[in-house]
Amino acid sequence: MPITNALTTEIHRVSILDEHGQFDAKLGEDLIPNNDLIKLYEEMSLCRKLDEIAFKLQRSGRMGTYPQNMGQEANSLGAAYVLNQDDWLVTCYRENCGLFHRGLPPEKILLHWMGDERGNNIDPKLCITPIAVPIGTQMLHATGLAWASKYRGEKRIACTFFGDGATSEGDFHEAMNFAANLDIPVVFFCQNNHWAISVPGRIQCSAPTVAQRAIAYGMDTIQCDGNDIFAVVYCMRKAVELAREHGRPFFIEGVTYRLGDHTTADDARRYRDEEEVELWRQRDPIIRVRNYMKQLGIWDDSKEAALMEQVEAETAAIVKRAESIEAPDSDDFFNAMYAEIPPDLDLQRRTRRTSSIGQDPSQIERPQTSSR
Amino acid sequence: MSERIIEFRDALREAMSQEMRRDPRVFLLGEEVAEYDGAYKVSRGMLEEFGPRRIIDTPISESGFAGLAIGAAMLGLRPIVEFMSWSFSLVAADPILNNAPKMLYMSGGQFGCPIVIRGNDGAGGQLGSTHSWCVEGMFSNVPGLKMAIPAFPDDAKGMLATAIRDDDPVFFLESERLLAMKGHVPEGDYYVPFGKAVVRRPGTDVTLVSFGRPVHFCLDAAEELAKEGISCEVIDGRTIRPLDIDTIVKSVKKTNGCVVVDQSWSFGSPGSEVAAQVHAHCFDDLDNHVMRVHSADVPSPYAANLEQEYLPNARRIAEAVRSALYVA
Ligand SMILES: Cc1ncc(C[n+]2csc(CCOP(=O)(O)OP(=O)(O)O)c2C)c(N)n1
Ligand SMILES: [Mg+2]
Repeated sequence: MPITNALTTEIHRVSILDEHGQFDAKLGEDLIPNNDLIKLYEEMSLCRKLDEIAFKLQRSGRMGTYPQNMGQEANSLGAAYVLNQDDWLVTCYRENCGLFHRGLPPEKILLHWMGDERGNNIDPKLCITPIAVPIGTQMLHATGLAWASKYRGEKRIACTFFGDGATSEGDFHEAMNFAANLDIPVVFFCQNNHWAISVPGRIQCSAPTVAQRAIAYGMDTIQCDGNDIFAVVYCMRKAVELAREHGRPFFIEGVTYRLGDHTTADDARRYRDEEEVELWRQRDPIIRVRNYMKQLGIWDDSKEAALMEQVEAETAAIVKRAESIEAPDSDDFFNAMYAEIPPDLDLQRRTRRTSSIGQDPSQIERPQTSSR
Repeated sequence: MSERIIEFRDALREAMSQEMRRDPRVFLLGEEVAEYDGAYKVSRGMLEEFGPRRIIDTPISESGFAGLAIGAAMLGLRPIVEFMSWSFSLVAADPILNNAPKMLYMSGGQFGCPIVIRGNDGAGGQLGSTHSWCVEGMFSNVPGLKMAIPAFPDDAKGMLATAIRDDDPVFFLESERLLAMKGHVPEGDYYVPFGKAVVRRPGTDVTLVSFGRPVHFCLDAAEELAKEGISCEVIDGRTIRPLDIDTIVKSVKKTNGCVVVDQSWSFGSPGSEVAAQVHAHCFDDLDNHVMRVHSADVPSPYAANLEQEYLPNARRIAEAVRSALYVA
């Protein structure tokens, strides 16, 4: 028998508003109403400002290690904009903008990175999961959440975010395989920002696109300009339709760039070229929307100045709210351990004994919790 | 004692580099170990000296590179696997617990597994509960592996060199909090044998036994207690597997008291093992039962104030010692 072709495939790439101000009127028509566009622009601006402030807070010792989101705002924002309020948003740590859009009070994010678990104590109505630090683990949780929603006969779907590096973890492959083979409505959103700390993308994936990994699992997939809010919204609409109407998963590769360091504990100048960073500064998701809105005549310099003032005041208020929350008490660490606290743990809580086995509890003084 | 003073992290690197120069079978792999010099700069300069064939940046795939290293060890190579943090070894549980420690056993002695797995272990860096694992309690339960946990720079070098030469899998636990600590470290070949505890401070009233970073908490507590006229003997166990119970027993027979300090959770831990063995060996010598100071029975807290309270700190150790000596 002759050798035949078992599969030919292609990966679509979507770009609607590019960094030169070119707008694809056909794809972009009616995609985002002007009023919404202004609002999304304002949200990105606030997120960017908070990112700058968080960096300074860390440098001045008022916050722990913090991962900046700078340059990647459009990805999670575009997703949250398209999702329903009760769809699951299962993120890692570069999705602040989408979380704020969903309604997460920004001081929660600051509180978390200031080193306070209560930053992850989120109103369940927001359908947001705690920030995932172990890389990749959240993708399976998203798959489980969507599966459970399907099990309960709900129309909710899940959207999970992860980096290019995370696609090397087994959890990624297992989540993709499950979702595809068991018809689970999950949108897998990879923020390909080209770097995993100092490791370039080609060490994680030697194929020309990350998007094509989905094909191996039999999953629909698309690549989008992740710095283009229009492209993200376009791709998310496709994904959400497939997930909600047909119960199928979808993969989106958002091609973006981490303009800042990996975290405040990193110095990216050590391993990447300034020219590369500069190139991506030109592709900033915020700048292109601003220019486009000016072109449309719905934005101008005075509006921009007013926004900057407003963002300044709002972020200052957010920081103030985060810092005015009192340090947790050591009772707090026992309180959420079990549905009902078992007697041995209760003894530890009452004596602050923290398990000095053999000591007579009555002999142990109860120390005052020191301040933050 | 060596004249030269270097940091704990440099001592670790020196052990790896010296063994790599000596033995072409040794190589290092893990996330960020090459271009970035390691997340904690332990492998600084090693890429330059040994090249990318032997200093290997891996994809973010702990299960992947741990499993791969085991395969390489089965063919006689001597991999050093760096986990950025032992916390991330949890996604590689099967290769490191279900394969490495029993490869020799399951192959009837055919395939050894001379692998060293090293990385940052323990809380204290305010990294939150998923990033602050202290794995000695959980992993020391597994037969077939060795576990070393140095508390001083010279041991860091001598014990890591011994680990690399060892024919069995060695879990090597480093505290990020100690990496910048300076100390006298011998130049040239230097090996510290496994299973040999050391007395860090001689004393007469009570024996404090600990492993890794909490040895320093014990020394701090001993200093405080000395002001109250209490003399503590502090033992640094150095390796948890093998455990040098003889040195501990000898000391307890002298002091007639024992407090074990262990940064693991209390339930089924190195601390409970030491306490049980001391009770068995020294039942008639003890003036009180063995007391144990552990981390609180909760995930490591994120908040700085709570994290310090959570750890088996010097204040809690001193309290336990007073209790043990009936001077509360
Ligand atoms: C299981 C696990 N391994 C390693 C790490 C350490 N780590 C934190 S972030 C990171 C890089 C992640 O890269 P990527 O997925 O591309 O996300 P990005 O940070 O670029 O957004 C690594 C290796 C971790 N948190 N969890
Ligand atoms: Mg990345």
